[in-house]
Amino acid sequence: MHKVLRPRQGLARLNLGELWSYRELLFFFAWRDILVRYKQTVIGILWAFIRPLVAMVVFTLIFGRLAKLPSNAVPYPVFAFAGLLPWQLFSSAFMEASSSVVGNSQLVSKVYFPRLIIPISATFSALADFLVSAVMLIGLLLWYRVPVSANVLWLIPLTALCMLLAVGGGIWFSALFVRYRDIRHLIPFVMQLGIYLTPVGFSSAIIPERWRLLYSLNPMVGVIEGFRWALFGGQNTIDPRALALSVVIALVMLAVGTVYFRNTERVFADII
Amino acid sequence: MPATLVSARGLGKRYLIGPDAFRMQTLRDRITEVLRGRVRRSDPREFWALRDVSFDLAAGEVLGVIGRNGAGKSTLLKIISEITEPTEGEAHLFGRVASLLEVGVGFHPELSGRENVFLNGAILGMSRQEIRRKFDEIVAFAEVEQFIDTPVKRYSSGMYVRLAFAVAAHLEPDMLIVDEVLAVGDAAFQRKCLGKMENVASHQRAVMVVSHNMATIAQLCQRAIWLDRGRIVHSGPVREVVAAYLAQGAAGADTWSPPSQRDAPIALHAVSIVREGSSDIAGDEAFEVVFDYSVTGPVAPGRLALVISASDGAAIFASASTDHLPALRETWRSGRRRARCRIPGHLLAPGNYFVTISEPTEDGGDIIHDGVLSFTISEQNSLAARDGRRGAVAPLLAWSDEEAP
Repeated sequence: MHKVLRPRQGLARLNLGELWSYRELLFFFAWRDILVRYKQTVIGILWAFIRPLVAMVVFTLIFGRLAKLPSNAVPYPVFAFAGLLPWQLFSSAFMEASSSVVGNSQLVSKVYFPRLIIPISATFSALADFLVSAVMLIGLLLWYRVPVSANVLWLIPLTALCMLLAVGGGIWFSALFVRYRDIRHLIPFVMQLGIYLTPVGFSSAIIPERWRLLYSLNPMVGVIEGFRWALFGGQNTIDPRALALSVVIALVMLAVGTVYFRNTERVFADII
Repeated sequence: MPATLVSARGLGKRYLIGPDAFRMQTLRDRITEVLRGRVRRSDPREFWALRDVSFDLAAGEVLGVIGRNGAGKSTLLKIISEITEPTEGEAHLFGRVASLLEVGVGFHPELSGRENVFLNGAILGMSRQEIRRKFDEIVAFAEVEQFIDTPVKRYSSGMYVRLAFAVAAHLEPDMLIVDEVLAVGDAAFQRKCLGKMENVASHQRAVMVVSHNMATIAQLCQRAIWLDRGRIVHSGPVREVVAAYLAQGAAGADTWSPPSQRDAPIALHAVSIVREGSSDIAGDEAFEVVFDYSVTGPVAPGRLALVISASDGAAIFASASTDHLPALRETWRSGRRRARCRIPGHLLAPGNYFVTISEPTEDGGDIIHDGVLSFTISEQNSLAARDGRRGAVAPLLAWSDEEAP
């Protein structure tokens, strides 16, 4: 084994081989985050049920009962829940990943390992919460007697797409966060607005046809509409262009994020 | 001819300090900078933490890095550990490096001892199988068997340090890089760790160690590098480098504070050497070692203690705050306190000395801080200087002479 340490010139190489050789650490970090997440909380894992449940009740009251927005012939609570599920996966995975490098600054300044492991592993605890909430969704589907078709299998690639968006964005913003602490204030704010700018509590059918494609530039539009289509079908249609746009945006974010991260990480220890 | 494991040539590390350094940058600064076309950008001041450092490290060798605080020792270790990138020069590494720049990095307080062994081991580069294989050995080395399933936040500081060091001590890298971590833990445990490090070197692996404790360096290393303001001042056989370093008086540390102020009911704030003059201590001059500490809650009985050692690491004598009592430990009085130990003149021979401090813990234990203070006794007014007599001490003893009966 021979390694040369010298000032880096030009763009960094991705070095996936090294990342692969540290894959165990990736799972150790994920395991730590999941283990620690609900330690010393009174109700523990119940939090993973309560958060989407309370959000669902609020959304049902405001959008369903007060604003009387259409829910495409699906009982409103299930309709809202099907939107909340991917949204909460995205927002919590993205937020965890963004703050992960700064949150692990002690490690970054004291031990060497491929830094990309930090934001990637940070998204896993959100995925664990998502799986818990998914169990709740099954309960709701049974309770409201909503039939599902084989299309439900599409949820797997759609969840992967949602994670890809969170990982790509998370990698990028975690590196930005090291340099610009403004990110600390920016992200919660954007996420707060995002839940209303994304069809979580309503259907994108209420957006005028000609604006629909522009609206789909929000990559979560494709994901959430996809979730509803896979679960309910019927009036819940999906625009293939919106979905394609989500995939393209996810890949671009991942590429840009990774390049930015790899080129910034060499100064992490100096500026963190 | 043993294989070379590290070959460093002309390593340098530059930091930018001042208003435009990355450190304080916010998005707003960046935006205004772009808007103004960077015309008003003032040149940030450059600071070379390390410059033109070259050395080789061969298998089986233990290399010491010495120097004052801020001399660039940690920066050098960080470059070799790949934590930060050099600004100039290059280093070739031939083998797996494990670095231990701080004990217990990545320990999570909420996790149990067992969980932390796995997590910390993985962070330091061990595979899960490797950790599983060595798990019992690690736990036995740390002497925490009973508490292995307790969250580490409930550990005493001694247990915490022992467990953290035990994980690191069981790495099997080609090169082990250690920064001042031996400054913690009790004396028996420190000896165990030193033994472990010597063991690493004897297996055709190499160790690079930073320490302020010349006794440790002299005992452990064959070669040393002395850094000052980022440059190598002297390198070569350890005795030669340590002697040069001490002779230059660079080690004259007369005040020391524990690196981490523990939030405990008994806390040591500072230990200092107090004397009349500002230069070396004359042979006939008395001086004091002063301990500032505070007791804010219930604490088990204990004591303050110090050991004076010569520059080769040999202990000259030890003294404890309970020496005048029949018991080894006494009850603490609460409040902010100052304890003094007076060391008389005409005791030590001219030379350089180190003071090892024992810091009491709330559970009645001691944390040993090895060689954290140093002082020099000059030949002025020393009995030893009068006729060049030998000996570690130069006491003025009572003589009498009377007519024999």
